[in-house]
Amino acid sequence: MKKLINGVDDVVTEALVGIAAAHPELRIDLANRIVYRGDAPKAGKVGLISGGGSGHEPLHGGFVGRGMLDAACAGAVFTSPTPDQMLEATKNVDAGAGVLHIVKNYTGDIMNFEMAAEMAAAESGATVETVVVDDDVAVQDSLYTAGRRGVGLTVLLEKITGAAAEAGRDLAATADVAKKVNAGGRSMGMALTSCVVPAAGKPTFDLPADEMEIGIGIHGEPGRRRVPLAPAREIAAMLVEPILADLDFTGGPVIAMLNGMGGSPLLELYLMYGEVKAILDKAGVTVARSLVGNYITSLDMAGCSVTLLKADADLLSLWDAPVSTPGLRWGV
Amino acid sequence: MGDGTVGIVEMVRWLELFQSEIAAHRAWLTDLDSAIGDADHGANMDRGMTAVGAKLAAGAPGTFGDLFKSVGMTLVTSVGGASGPLYGTFFMRLGMAQGAAAEVDAAGLGAALRAGLGGVVARGKAELGDKTMVDAMTPALEAYEAAVANGAGAGAAARAAASAAKAGRDATVPLVARKGRASYLGERSAGHMDPGSASTLLLFESLAEAIAEE
Repeated sequence: MKKLINGVDDVVTEALVGIAAAHPELRIDLANRIVYRGDAPKAGKVGLISGGGSGHEPLHGGFVGRGMLDAACAGAVFTSPTPDQMLEATKNVDAGAGVLHIVKNYTGDIMNFEMAAEMAAAESGATVETVVVDDDVAVQDSLYTAGRRGVGLTVLLEKITGAAAEAGRDLAATADVAKKVNAGGRSMGMALTSCVVPAAGKPTFDLPADEMEIGIGIHGEPGRRRVPLAPAREIAAMLVEPILADLDFTGGPVIAMLNGMGGSPLLELYLMYGEVKAILDKAGVTVARSLVGNYITSLDMAGCSVTLLKADADLLSLWDAPVSTPGLRWGV
Repeated sequence: MGDGTVGIVEMVRWLELFQSEIAAHRAWLTDLDSAIGDADHGANMDRGMTAVGAKLAAGAPGTFGDLFKSVGMTLVTSVGGASGPLYGTFFMRLGMAQGAAAEVDAAGLGAALRAGLGGVVARGKAELGDKTMVDAMTPALEAYEAAVANGAGAGAAARAAASAAKAGRDATVPLVARKGRASYLGERSAGHMDPGSASTLLLFESLAEAIAEE
């Protein structure tokens, strides 16, 4: 499989070199693989940190900046970053108001962030709160699994929580916003093709040309079921229906995201959003804001995911607040 | 040593053998992981053990506590994923259990390994039968302790542990995963070997080889 790389071991570091070159407003710690807001730590502001395996760009490094994250720790491709990275980032964004860790619900991420929080408590005086994102309705049997995965909702949560911290809310209030977003958001994804992890050099799983995977995660981990390829309209229904069956999204405004997995063109993503919106209209769901594009990807996987979030007036105003990051930018 | 005790020299040999076993099985471990996980177990463990090897080459600490704290921290900071905290915690707890010792007898090594397993369970919260490394490590420890109770030396006990780990590893194949990324597959995880149990067997095979004479 052809890749725009020099060597498989240098992919993440060399991508960070590129981010530093393209975004002088950010500060990049190459040794620790951390992307910082140029002006962090900001006095009096709650520090927001996230991180995760690489391969989901623009998540998380592309969401560092005013109105969103203060720092993002990059792990190897599809591999959680390590506790020493989160510890270093925690110390450097702590301006005395505490630090919020935003963690996607994966076994490795949970353990590494947990160790980082233990180390931060022991080593620096930083007060750390943790919010876990677990929005993937594809995981049905969450009692007998590692629980629902953190997927598309992470993007909306980082934006909205970032706005709350930027507005000067304290650690508890900022964490409450994050928890409210997690409670009111759900996602479901699908894949047309597998991704290719650079170090593996071949597709993570075999998916025949006439089949697709419904309920896919963002690491090439297979989903819930494999079905024959279908028209976009039917795919949209397969993604939206399980979300609406899991949580009632009628009776209030909703933020909707149609996210690309990295290998599907915007032409198809907009086509899909049209289908999703038609289903939502019919189901009586009022979309107040929408976002279409590649925001939480799975390397070069073709496919998409749908995320819906119940948004009250407060969440909508936090969503509309200015944001200035490589991946999301408005109101500035 | 041949006097029934196991010292730092044997422990370093264990780690070096584990490093080369991981390197030799890197692609296989990653293949196992692509079937039910995220295709990185071999690469991650290889990166971690290479870092451990480089640290050891620069000089090994003189006590169990210092040696395994260094090994554990190196793994935690270089592996990532779930394997980093799990293997890292295993070695750190193992070292803490025999902190100031420079050599231990068969029972002492067993107590240290048992503490390591306790760390893995505390960190990962997996139970026996969840299709994880615990499924290889738990029977390995039971076999080791049973052998020592019957008068075996550390070398023979480690061989018993390795063969129990192999049975435990193979027994993960039909299981449905309940922890880690493989759990998202539900029934579809059955029929595949758990990669963590596979690397755990390499850990105990390396131990058996390193202390064969003890």
